[in-house]
Order: sequence, then C-alpha cells, then structure tokens
Amino acid sequence: MLSPIDIKNVIQRNMQCEVVEVKGDDGAHFEAIIVSNIFDNMSSVKQHQLVYKALDGMMNEEIHALSIKTFTTLQWEEFKNGEK
Amino acid sequence: MTTEDKISNLIEENKILLFMKGNPKFPQCGFSSLACQILDASGANYETVDVLQDQDVREGIKTYSNWPTIPQLYINKEFIGGADIMREMYESGELTKVISGS
Repeated sequence: MLSPIDIKNVIQRNMQCEVVEVKGDDGAHFEAIIVSNIFDNMSSVKQHQLVYKALDGMMNEEIHALSIKTFTTLQWEEFKNGEK
Repeated sequence: MTTEDKISNLIEENKILLFMKGNPKFPQCGFSSLACQILDASGANYETVDVLQDQDVREGIKTYSNWPTIPQLYINKEFIGGADIMREMYESGELTKVISGS
C-alpha cells in the first residue's frame, strides 16, 4: 500500500524543496505541504505543476487523490507564526 | 475535429467553465463537489463539462492544461487551477474578484 513516506521521498528526490510533509493513511487519499525557494514569484498553478511533475506520473497511476498546499520559504515562516 | 480543438472550443465558448466528474447536481467526486460549492458560493454563472461522459476529453484536458487531475477551472480562456487553488483563491477573496470581472 502506498504510504505518505513513499510520496514524500519521490517529491524530495525530484525537486528542490525545503520542507515536505505528507499525510494520509488509507493508501489513496493524501495531503501534502511543500515549501520551496523555487516557488518565489511563481503562480500557484506553476507551483502545483512543479509538484505534479516531481511526482512523475504517479497522479495517473497510484495516487487517487492528493491535496497540495505550496509555500515559499517566507510564506511558510508566516504560516507557522500564525499557528502559534 | 481533434480532442484539442474540441477542448479549445469549449473554453472559447464558455466564460466560466469547470471540467468535472459528474455534474453540479450529482458530482461524482469530492473534489468536483467542492469546486461546485466554491463557484456557487462565489455567485458564479458557470458551465460544466462532465469528463466521465467523454474519455477523450477526460485524458485530453490533462495534457491541454498540463494538469493531471480533475476538476479544472477556466475563466476567460485562462486556466485558473484545480480544487486546492480554487479553495485558496476563494478564501483570499481573489476568486470572487476574478469572477465578477469576467
């Protein structure tokens, strides 16, 4: 069964990123947070396209559903501070 | 007519167009259902394409948008994104702006 760690490893291997967190324990539905410096000044569509590209076809095969949240390093700091 | 032409025409002819699984009354997937709810809440007057009724469009739209998942939203011929981006834009108020300006 596909695990969140499998997805995390693929993303980390295939794109430059500072933080990757993947959740989901039913083997089909996952949620991912990806923080990367390369997202700076990029539209959300472009950011998500890079993540999908890093997943290398897994969206068409193994992964049934993946919710993606992308952050630049600066946005991630602000997000974390907001949670405190 | 190629699938690409067919998709282009659909996008050309409809200001706000959602490619989805099922239809707004009977969405066949949670993400498609969410996309409809967001558009309804934004007061959008939108058309939908049920990709489950057309296998060519279902696969073709993924290549066309360089986006591997359904739903997909187009406004004024521009690809806006999938359910996650729609939710982000709705929460920030940006989606309502784009829709009212369309």
